[in-house]
Amino acid sequence: MFETYLHTMILILDSTVRLSTPLLLACLAGLYSERSGIVDIGLEGKMLGAAFGAGAVGYMTGNAWLGLLAGIGVSIFLALLHGFASITNRGNQIVSGVAINFLAAGLTALLGQSWFRQGGRTPPLPKEGRFQDIELPFAEQVETVPVIGPIYSELLSGHNILVYLAFAAVPLTWWILFRTRFGLRLRAVGENPAAVDTAGISVVWLRYRAVIACGILCGVAGSYLSIAQSSGFIKDMTAGRGFIALAALIFAKWKPGNAMLACLLFGFLDAVAIRLQGQEIPGIGDVPVQFFQALPYILTVILLAGFIGKAIPPKASGVPYLKERT
Amino acid sequence: MRNRPAGRLKVSEDIQVKKLLTISVALAGVAFSTAAMAADIKPAVLYDLGGKFDKSFNEAAYTGAEKFTADTGVAYRDFEIQNDSQREQALRNFAKRGQSPIVAIGFSQANAVEKVAKEFPDTQFAIVDMVVDLPNVRSIVFKEHEGSYIVGMLAAMASETGKVGFIGGMDIPLIRKFACGYKQGALAVNADAEVFENMTGTTGAAWNDPVKGGELAKSQFDRGADVVYHAAGGTGIGVLQAAADAGKLGIGVDSNQNALHPGSVLSSMLKRVDVAVYSAFEDAKNDAWTSGFSVLGLAEGGVDWALDENNEKLITPEMKAAVDKARAGIVSGTITVHDYMADQNCPF
Repeated sequence: MFETYLHTMILILDSTVRLSTPLLLACLAGLYSERSGIVDIGLEGKMLGAAFGAGAVGYMTGNAWLGLLAGIGVSIFLALLHGFASITNRGNQIVSGVAINFLAAGLTALLGQSWFRQGGRTPPLPKEGRFQDIELPFAEQVETVPVIGPIYSELLSGHNILVYLAFAAVPLTWWILFRTRFGLRLRAVGENPAAVDTAGISVVWLRYRAVIACGILCGVAGSYLSIAQSSGFIKDMTAGRGFIALAALIFAKWKPGNAMLACLLFGFLDAVAIRLQGQEIPGIGDVPVQFFQALPYILTVILLAGFIGKAIPPKASGVPYLKERT
Repeated sequence: MRNRPAGRLKVSEDIQVKKLLTISVALAGVAFSTAAMAADIKPAVLYDLGGKFDKSFNEAAYTGAEKFTADTGVAYRDFEIQNDSQREQALRNFAKRGQSPIVAIGFSQANAVEKVAKEFPDTQFAIVDMVVDLPNVRSIVFKEHEGSYIVGMLAAMASETGKVGFIGGMDIPLIRKFACGYKQGALAVNADAEVFENMTGTTGAAWNDPVKGGELAKSQFDRGADVVYHAAGGTGIGVLQAAADAGKLGIGVDSNQNALHPGSVLSSMLKRVDVAVYSAFEDAKNDAWTSGFSVLGLAEGGVDWALDENNEKLITPEMKAAVDKARAGIVSGTITVHDYMADQNCPF
């Protein structure tokens, strides 16, 4: 009995890891941007653009790495667009972010249709055009070891490289933000840009670097969707993940460790919804599908309303920096 | 005094304008109706949310329309809706432009077809997967449960674990009909077979979410299933991909999807939407249009299973013999496949 419960739990967690990865990458992307004082609701658009770039190039070249590169390229381009509007031209960051979301949604469908003539989707990718799952060493040998064996071979092993990359990015982000000079300045520019400017450091250049970092991570997130998790780009395939990542960021109070936990929670709820659908739950019976589909949203509302306390954004978040302003 | 003649003049002008208008409208009407009667028809197709290239349901309609154009040289118009509110608008636009017959694909079009068909009684409409009871509408429905029964048998025979899966698109009675027939077929071969059923969602988006489809398939594989049948339109691309990746078997739906992953697709449940579209166009062209509703099952060639060079190695002679026998049984009536939509219940 214990064995079956353990097995089910491991499989749900395995699915959680797969589903959380794009959220986590996008959430960390938003973290860099918002910590520097640039509000970014264009995460969704950047992910979508990257998913399309990666899918299209992955299909044409049959090389997953080139696909990833293209995805990151598209995402950085959109990030710089956002930077140009909101840093250089000091425009409204919300408006610019929304514009990027619309731009990506429209352009990907249009280009996809004119290039591939399949209603905005790319054709299914060849095997080499996708990131394959990686078996960690000794995964097969330890499979029979009780408890630890299945955890290692099912849960930790057998994901594609972008999954490991996403989870490695969490401590890396923490280290960059809290242990390097760049991180200190990045946080400072999000709280009090005038002070950073007084110290003789360029606010504009710092913020541009932040949005580029955001672009890179969003690019990986989008590429994960089209060339790792599935096989090819589909119109609107991000399906609101960028916004969920944004919610997770607020949830996490702009801290990398918390961001991982928040994204894992969202992924877990998604995985549970998929797993428990159509299954009898002991003591309750058959629960309607709709309940499980609503569960992530219900919990989000409850958690946001009562359990995490006040989420205070970086002080200069969303405020364009003007040298002359007192 | 001064104003009166001017006023009168204006009235007569008005009348003249109105007369002209009525004449031109009448002329236009005549023009339209002759166009509809003549052999050079202006057919149109309206796809459902999955889109023209879903490699499945809507693509079958597209294939039928393309074949008609290739055979007869008559061009057709088509439209892919982006959201529900466009259905009526698109149908009305087609009808206004004098397109006829207009074939609407999918059960969700029923309300729109009913409304617009009443507004344009001289235009011929057809709807696939739903019945609209109007004198100018042809309704085509399929006995999907019969075809699903056949692929359910194949799944249970090909399965080594005795566990097979079903992944539906939107949770609606029509898709439950697929599921129920599939389950009955699987149980007919192996009374102990376990059938997992999952639905992708409850909105139209469930037809176009391959990521979720793949995740659902993986979850069924993890529970022991080794053959998974999908009835989920574009979502099914993800299901078949997941099956191919995991070294399991998938079963396609509506169009012949065997070639998507040769050797990993056990078979496809064919639903000949292409034939329905083709014959609607052809009947209109040959002045043989009939309204009313037709039900196409195994006997009528409306549903079937696909056997071609991509899956012939997967189908053993025993499987083929068993399926052929069941097929004959269903056609002759000795085997009855339960229709979920008859009583909204699956007894298995």
